[in-house]
Amino acid sequence: MTKTGIQDVIFGEALPLVQMDTSLAAGAAFAEAVGYAGSGRFEDHAKARAEGLPGAVLPGIMAMGYFSRMLGEWAPTSRILHLDAVFRAPVLADQPHSMTGVVTDLDEEAARVTLDLTIVNAGQETRVFGTATLLLP
Amino acid sequence: MLEVEALRSRFLNLEFDRRGFVISPEQTLAVAKSYGETRPELLDPGHADFQVCLPLLASLASGRRLPIDFPRTGGISMDGGKALEIFQPVRPGSSLTGRTHLHDIYAKSGRSGRMIFLVSRMQLYSQAGEHLVNIDARQVIREKEAAKGEGT
Repeated sequence: MTKTGIQDVIFGEALPLVQMDTSLAAGAAFAEAVGYAGSGRFEDHAKARAEGLPGAVLPGIMAMGYFSRMLGEWAPTSRILHLDAVFRAPVLADQPHSMTGVVTDLDEEAARVTLDLTIVNAGQETRVFGTATLLLP
Repeated sequence: MLEVEALRSRFLNLEFDRRGFVISPEQTLAVAKSYGETRPELLDPGHADFQVCLPLLASLASGRRLPIDFPRTGGISMDGGKALEIFQPVRPGSSLTGRTHLHDIYAKSGRSGRMIFLVSRMQLYSQAGEHLVNIDARQVIREKEAAKGEGT
């Protein structure tokens, strides 16, 4: 359910699970836009393997984009005050990954919500862990 | 082996880099579209609150990663993550100044040895001197086997 204000948020509630687009094309497009393209690690499995990676990976900061998108879809009128992403392991391109979040703190007076955010692979291994603080109307 | 307390005393909170940036509306739009952003203030240049998207802010890098006289770390360096603290929106096309210092240095030890965490903080300012955003970059250094035990 979309949140329009702090009164809609419930402590401990989970955000809907989102399947991420981890395709090589998506990662390459992001890398190109942000200025990270060229090494091949984001665009080409063979070049990434030559660098010692298991395959092409998504740029770490793309996870922050996906978190921003998920939070914006959950609470479209919110403002992100703080977003922290810990890159625990690479997000491999062309491998299924999903993300979700859970409300861990709620300050109704200040209209602030804190969430834990996670990206996991198909084996339910956490690849990126994050926290966010939102300001809601 | 790096002595964490000595490094903290010598390097924390001293600005070691200053760099100017201008983020174009076209670039922030391209980045926001590439990860499927949905907020209108990040997608519509005509929006009254049009602003730079978060991953593009996280991509801003200082000219130097560490102070010029910082000792060689001698380990395997990894990108441990990024954090953004947003005080005010960053407007595309505006002139920005990033001032960078080491915000934190700490160590964690585990079965695979010791890891050193270096947190560089870029404080992003507008041309008018308003503090807009803090951008933290965590560099993780896994100490090499040969370095373990030295100085202990």
